[in-house]
Order: sequence, then C-alpha cells, then structure tokens
Amino acid sequence: MAIEVRGVSKRFGDFAALSDVSLTIPGGSLTALLGPSGSGKSTLLRVIAGLERPDAGSVSIEGRDVTRAPARQRNVGFVFQHYAAFKHMTVRENVAFGLRVRKRPKAEIAKRVDELLALVHLTGWADRYPSQLSGGQRQRMALARALAVQPSVLLLDEPFGALDARVRAELRDWLRRLHERIHVTTVFVTHDQHEAMEVAEQIAVMREGRIEQVGAPAEVYDRPANEFVMGFVGPVTRLGERALRPHDLRLSREPVKGARQAIVERVVPLGFEVRVELRAEGGEGLSAQLTRSQAAALGVGEGDLVWVRAADEEATRRSGRGSDVSATPQASAASPTRG
Amino acid sequence: MIVLLPLAAVVARSTDGGLDGFWRAVSSREAVAALRLTLIVSVAVVAINAVMGTLIAWVLVRDEFPGKRVVSAVIDLPFALPTIVAGVTLLALYGPKSPLGVNIAFTRVGVALALLFVTLPFVVRAVQPVLLALDREMEEAASSLGASPLTTFRRIVLPNLRPAIVAGASLAFARALGEFGSVVLISGNVPFKTEVAAVFIYAQIGNDNVTGAAAVSVVLLALSLLLLASVSRLGKRRHDE
Repeated sequence: MAIEVRGVSKRFGDFAALSDVSLTIPGGSLTALLGPSGSGKSTLLRVIAGLERPDAGSVSIEGRDVTRAPARQRNVGFVFQHYAAFKHMTVRENVAFGLRVRKRPKAEIAKRVDELLALVHLTGWADRYPSQLSGGQRQRMALARALAVQPSVLLLDEPFGALDARVRAELRDWLRRLHERIHVTTVFVTHDQHEAMEVAEQIAVMREGRIEQVGAPAEVYDRPANEFVMGFVGPVTRLGERALRPHDLRLSREPVKGARQAIVERVVPLGFEVRVELRAEGGEGLSAQLTRSQAAALGVGEGDLVWVRAADEEATRRSGRGSDVSATPQASAASPTRG
Repeated sequence: MIVLLPLAAVVARSTDGGLDGFWRAVSSREAVAALRLTLIVSVAVVAINAVMGTLIAWVLVRDEFPGKRVVSAVIDLPFALPTIVAGVTLLALYGPKSPLGVNIAFTRVGVALALLFVTLPFVVRAVQPVLLALDREMEEAASSLGASPLTTFRRIVLPNLRPAIVAGASLAFARALGEFGSVVLISGNVPFKTEVAAVFIYAQIGNDNVTGAAAVSVVLLALSLLLLASVSRLGKRRHDE
C-alpha cells in the first residue's frame, strides 16, 4: 500500500477537522477525496504531506512510518489550489527547485527540467515568470515542479479549483492521461463530484472530519453507504420516504397501481436530457430526469397530470401500457456524471 | 516649487565663492571628517537595522506572544518622539549620570546608538506588510520539495522581502545622513571625533560660514539623490516580472 492512514485526528481549536480517520491508498492508484468544504479533506491531504501534524494516529508512505517526519523528508509532490508559484523565479527555476535543493548535478537538472517542461507543454515558456502565465499554465508548472523530484506520492489540493470551467475540464483530462503514463500514486482533493467521478479510480467521500465511504466511482454512485453520500455524489429526489436518483423515477400518463399522482410544474430541457419538475399530491416537490426521446414519447407539458413511481417497482407493478416510459434504462453505471 | 526652490537656493549659496570656494569648504579637514563619520556610521546603522528590522517584523508577523500589540506600538515610538526628546532620553540613559552605569556620551558608539534608535521603525514597517501578504504556500511548497527551513528562508522568503528591505533601509539611510536632534546632545559634537555632518552644518551657520554650511548640505543632498536613484534602479531590476 502506498499510503496508509490510521486513526488520524486533528483539531483546530474547538473544531474537529479530522476524527479517527483511516484510509488505505493502493500504490499507483488515482484517488479523490471528495466532500463539502469543512469536511476535512484538505486537512487529511496536508496531514499525509506533513504540512499538518495530526493530534493522534499515524501515516505511513510506502511502508515507512512518516508520522513524525517533516514534509521535506516525505518525498511527496504537493500541488496547491492557488499554484504557490515561486514568484521571483522563472518557470525553469521553479521546476528545478527541488532538484537544486537535492544538489543534483547541473546537467542532470537541465535535462530533467526540459523533459518535464515538455511533459506539461511549457517548453517555450521556460524563461517566463509565473505572473506571465495563465492560471492553467501556472498549475501545469506547479505539477511539473512537484513531479521533478520523482515523488513517491503526488498530492493535489483542489488543483483545478481556481480555474475557469473550460480549462478545468482540459486539465482534468490531461491529469488522467498523465497518470496513465507515469503511474505515480496520486491523491487529489475536490468538492466537485463530477471531477471526482471523471478523474478518479477510487473515491473517498468525507463529511465532518470522517470518511463516509470509499469505493470506485460507480460503486459510490450506485450503492451509496448512506443518504449523505447519495446526495453528495449525484442528484437526489424523494418519493414519499424513499430517496432516489431522478433518473430512477418512472412517469406515466395513466393511473398505475401504487404510483403517486403529481402535477408537472416545469419541463427543463438540459440538452440530451430533460428534467421534469413535479409536485405530488401532498404538496412535496420532486424531479424526474428523462432522455429527450423519452420525454417526447411521454409528451408532457406544464400542468399535466402524471403518475410517478420508482423504477425498481416497475417489474412487479408493470401496467404494460405504451405510454409507460422509463427514465434511464442504462442505469447509470457507465455514465455516473449526470445531473 | 516648494521642493525645488529651496534646493536651488542651497546649491546657489554653496557656490557663492565659486567652484573653488565650494571645493575648499567641502574639503576642509573638519568637513571631510564630519562627512566621513556620517557616512560610515549611517552605513553601519542601516546594515544593523536591515537585519534587526527584518527579524522584528518576522517575529511580529509570524509569532504569537503576550504583549505583542504593546511591542508593535513601541516600534513606532522613534517616529512619534520629537528627535530632540529622543536625544535627551538617550543622554539621560547612557550619559555621564547613567542609571545603567553605561557612559557612552561623546563617543561614536553614542552616535550610532542614537541613529539606531531613530531609524529602527523604517525597515520594520516596510517589511511587515509584505511579510503579512506573503503566500505561505510558497514556503510549504518549498518544504515539500525538500528544502530545509533555512533554505526556504534564504531562497524563497528573503528574495520576496528584498525590495521592502531595500526600500526601508534606504529611507533609514536618508534619515541617518541628516539626523540632527537625537545626535546633537549625546555626540558632544567633538570635531574630528563625534561631529556628524548635520551638526557640522549647524556649527558653520553659527560661525557665520554660510557657504561652508551650504556646501556640505549640497554633498548630503547629492548623496541622498544618488541613493534614491540607485534604489529605484534596483527596484526596477527586481520587478521585471
């Protein structure tokens, strides 16, 4: 195991940032720490990096107990949300910093820095200062700087959080491809479930200083350990007592046994999908998600009356009518990023 | 106009006796001694305060200790105090009747002490805001890359503080060059020994040697301008980003 966190707790004054957290991260994997702000995900990452000292518990990296070791002896690469670029150094000097601190021969440093700059597509920018780069370029520089020392683990704290949506999508994609190429054990922190689903092989969902669930993206999405995880990794709607995904609701224009009656309040086209917002008899709101063709087949508009039930009740209570439309037959494992 | 007119007047006055007179006034043995003392002591004092001021700023920004706010307020005391009051205080403390048993009145050490006191806040106040705004993550990044605390300070923190240290130090230097009030009492104004340029100028006016006073003033002025020019050049070089 590349990283082993056991029973780690950390308090900041009255605030318990981490409470008895244990987590195992397999070597070569790409793991996301996912949670809302204040859930402790960044603190956990900083504890692994040695930038925070835990009050209790232990951390080991590649079998070595590093709980008491300062950050500089852990051989981790750390990437910050706001880049933490060395403003007074050029891109080349930034990337070379870790190697120069390690007193590697000049020729070796120059060669390695050139390789890394090529890897992050910054070859032509070597002699610029960070202030002359865009946000995305700065973050790629920071990544090259962290990789220069060949860290045993790469830790990224909301690495794309400060970038605009388009650059963020690009960098996500790029990070995943990079990981496929160099296979360094990578942990990144995010509050964005799409990002976690899209990039990570393993997701640890955190809340209030605890880990709620660890699993593959599809597993966390389809078999959430509790309602919090369910709500955090994807959209949730309620049908009576049950919480379920909007695409797991079935709508019908005709009465169905066991289904609840509801009025269509709004039909929102979302490109490939359509969200139908409903108000049930009791006055509670819920929303269903259909593909565009399903919605067209159903043909509902505002003010129409429909009958709603959960997809998994369909088999037993199938009415067999043509107007019955199921929301998403592919049950989402393959495309967990909807919503 | 307010700035330039008096400057022009001083320059004009200094050459009343022609360039020859100017040169004679400036190169008189007493004038040279006073200028040399002023320059040497100022450089030494500014060097000490650049280090101490940075250190104090560091402690004020990065460390938590009881009485921090009091200390922070006391730093500004030399700014707030009329310099002649500072002179009286220093003389009482370190003069012939020193309660500490330290008598450094009428020595060069006394001159240096007075200048250290009045120029202390410059570097502290220049460095403090820069240090406050300094991105702590740069230091964390450096340490995660394997840098020791000392290396991190030398390679990351110091280069980012340098412009502020230079700016504070040059203000302190300009102040030390022309300081009068705090020095005039404790130095005793012994010619060739403890007489600084500003006091020398004052003495020349007293001796009705206006040309000599103006001539030395012009030298001080030139030094200050030279300093300003070199600092702004240094600033430009550091800010090519």
